[in-house]
Amino acid sequence: MKHTIRQVFHSGKFVFGFSIFVAVLLIVIVYPLIITDPPLGIISQGTFFEPGIYVNVYDSIGSERYILNLDDATANRIAGRLGDKERLDMKEWLLAYGIPESEIDIADTEQLLGLWENHYDPKSPIAGMTNAQRNYYIRLDASLGGLLSTEGAIIAVNNPDTGTLEEKKVVGQSDYVNVGQVANVRVLPLGTDNFGRDVLTELVKAAGVSLQIGLVAGIIATLIGLTLGLLAGYVGGLVDDVIMFLTNLFTVIPGFVLLILISYSIGQERRGAATVAAVIGFTSWIWTTRAVRAQVISLRSRDHVNLSKLSGHSIAYIIFADILPYIASYVVMALILQISTAIIAEASLSILGLGPRTSEVPTLGLMLNWAFIYQAHILGKWWAYLPVLVTIALITFSMNLMNTGLDQVFNPALRE
Amino acid sequence: MKGYRRYFLNKLGWFLVTFVCGFILNFTLPRLMPGDPVAAIVARMAQGMSDATGVQAIYEQYTELFGTNRPMLEQFFIYVRNVLRGDFGFSFSMYPRTVADVLKSAIGWTMALQFPAIIVGWLIGNTLGALAAYVKGGFDKVLMPISIFVSNFPAFGMAVFLLVIFGVGLEWFPTSGGYGYDMIPNFSWGFIWSVIVHYQLPFWSIVVIAIGGQAIGMRSMAIYELNADYVKYARFMGIKDRKIIGYVFRNAMLPQITGLALAIGTMVGGALFVEIVFSYPGLGYTLLNGVMGQDYPLISASTLIITVMVLSANFIIEILYGVIDPRIKAAQAD
Repeated sequence: MKHTIRQVFHSGKFVFGFSIFVAVLLIVIVYPLIITDPPLGIISQGTFFEPGIYVNVYDSIGSERYILNLDDATANRIAGRLGDKERLDMKEWLLAYGIPESEIDIADTEQLLGLWENHYDPKSPIAGMTNAQRNYYIRLDASLGGLLSTEGAIIAVNNPDTGTLEEKKVVGQSDYVNVGQVANVRVLPLGTDNFGRDVLTELVKAAGVSLQIGLVAGIIATLIGLTLGLLAGYVGGLVDDVIMFLTNLFTVIPGFVLLILISYSIGQERRGAATVAAVIGFTSWIWTTRAVRAQVISLRSRDHVNLSKLSGHSIAYIIFADILPYIASYVVMALILQISTAIIAEASLSILGLGPRTSEVPTLGLMLNWAFIYQAHILGKWWAYLPVLVTIALITFSMNLMNTGLDQVFNPALRE
Repeated sequence: MKGYRRYFLNKLGWFLVTFVCGFILNFTLPRLMPGDPVAAIVARMAQGMSDATGVQAIYEQYTELFGTNRPMLEQFFIYVRNVLRGDFGFSFSMYPRTVADVLKSAIGWTMALQFPAIIVGWLIGNTLGALAAYVKGGFDKVLMPISIFVSNFPAFGMAVFLLVIFGVGLEWFPTSGGYGYDMIPNFSWGFIWSVIVHYQLPFWSIVVIAIGGQAIGMRSMAIYELNADYVKYARFMGIKDRKIIGYVFRNAMLPQITGLALAIGTMVGGALFVEIVFSYPGLGYTLLNGVMGQDYPLISASTLIITVMVLSANFIIEILYGVIDPRIKAAQAD
């Protein structure tokens, strides 16, 4: 046993796959210990916030102020609000308004803004402009206000007695705060999803749940496959005929059709993560049964099994002592494959809207389902679906690598 | 010919048995749903109605329409009779369209998308796998990890990747639908071009997925055959390399054809999810609509048609296999 394990860990592919898998597993276990927020807690008002560091504006006004004189600050400020696209849009409007092209130089910020201020009027009729474009220009105009000013901004509070605004503080253009000193800073490495949940926290929880679903489904499928395969292979006769009939039947009737039909017939209310796992398990034992049966048939007539029979051992003893050890490596490999296909099966079911009911736990499939329903992939909100896909790919890829590695260890014909 | 006939009859019998079992499963499973399916629909239809007799009348009309008030066995025979006439009943979510009407167009889209894609993917995959086994070296080292990665990647994931890169990022192809949303199906050039453009991304998604799995299988088969005794013997005999390769790949192809027969169910399943990602107006998308609209006649009919498609494809491949592989004839003639 010790020797086998050492041999397994000498296989490069296995070790590589195993490391990825352990890394995923560690993140799933350790992350919730550090970040204890509820994974389904809705934190943002609005959907699909971009990944980034969110600094509380109110707190940063109150934080200690540092003055940094940086040369490129003004240029950055202008570039942030007046990018190339905005400049081109402004040019387009000015052209449509009737300014000759020779007068417009979009590289010259001051001249461009001057032209804009002199001519732009939201009410002036421009032929062929849609309402959305008109609104866009109104927003653009508003964002340009005070862009070239060198004055600071005034923070004022409402005095409840007099009803007037009282100046509290002036924020200069070269004022800075240290992010570390602002009381409320929230890092959202993967932004928020369509409900306004923190994607990273949700993803870690979802990966954990999906792994559990995979494990339960894999164990169920392997146990059924092993039992049926042993029965069919060792007992033979009528039992073999019946089991093989069933196996052949479900080899050709597509498994996902059964999966869809059964999941649908269970009904949305009763479909918890455990139920989905069980359904996946009960529909994917076919290949294990076939392979175990084939191996048992070849083992059945080996000398050591015959000897055991002659010694009067019971069937159970023969199966456990003389047959199982020989197919153990195969069963482990089958289990690994079952787990990875079960994770994909859960994701597929969820995309169809037949996954676990949505209110309790996130799964990788449910996250994808919501991202697709809210068109995250069309809108370019990559953080809502890409990390999920990468997680699925990492898990299944690592498991298949482990499987290939094991295959090479236990199947000398495949060694390179 | 006697061997072929026996093989053919055997496969035909098996096709019929699996068909009947699939049919029964398709009929029973949705009806095992806890609670009364009609009650759920009536509750939706009668939303906002306060008149109890009105609700009752709707309920009775629907039980009569779907025949759920009769015993299960009788329902089954009525269902069989209706299906034979091509009548799958009414769709709940798209009432008053019938299920047959909804599915009629979907089948065409799915067939035109999936079978060419699977066959092209299978051909390219096998060619690449055989090349990897024969050329070895760098080509093999690059192709194999990619194939393993691609074949382990879920089908919908591949579809999303292609969609985001070529549809949203580069804007080379449209992102959804089977044709432009501003068009009505007809035989003008504009429409045909729109269909061709919309066809590309779903098509290549399925092809890429099929390539991965097939290349891996073909590579190991070809390596196995290349090391077989008859190859060594042929080399000793001085037979030209090119001729040996021809034999090797013919032998390696045969298991791949069986592999296609066994994998076609999974492939069609994956392709259905590709349709969903691209909102392609085929069976996968119809199935999604059925699930979303709690439309069990539609779900049941779509899965039945998918089952029949997979079983038929399987049957055809096995018949072809019998024609190609002479050993089958020999085995049956004994």
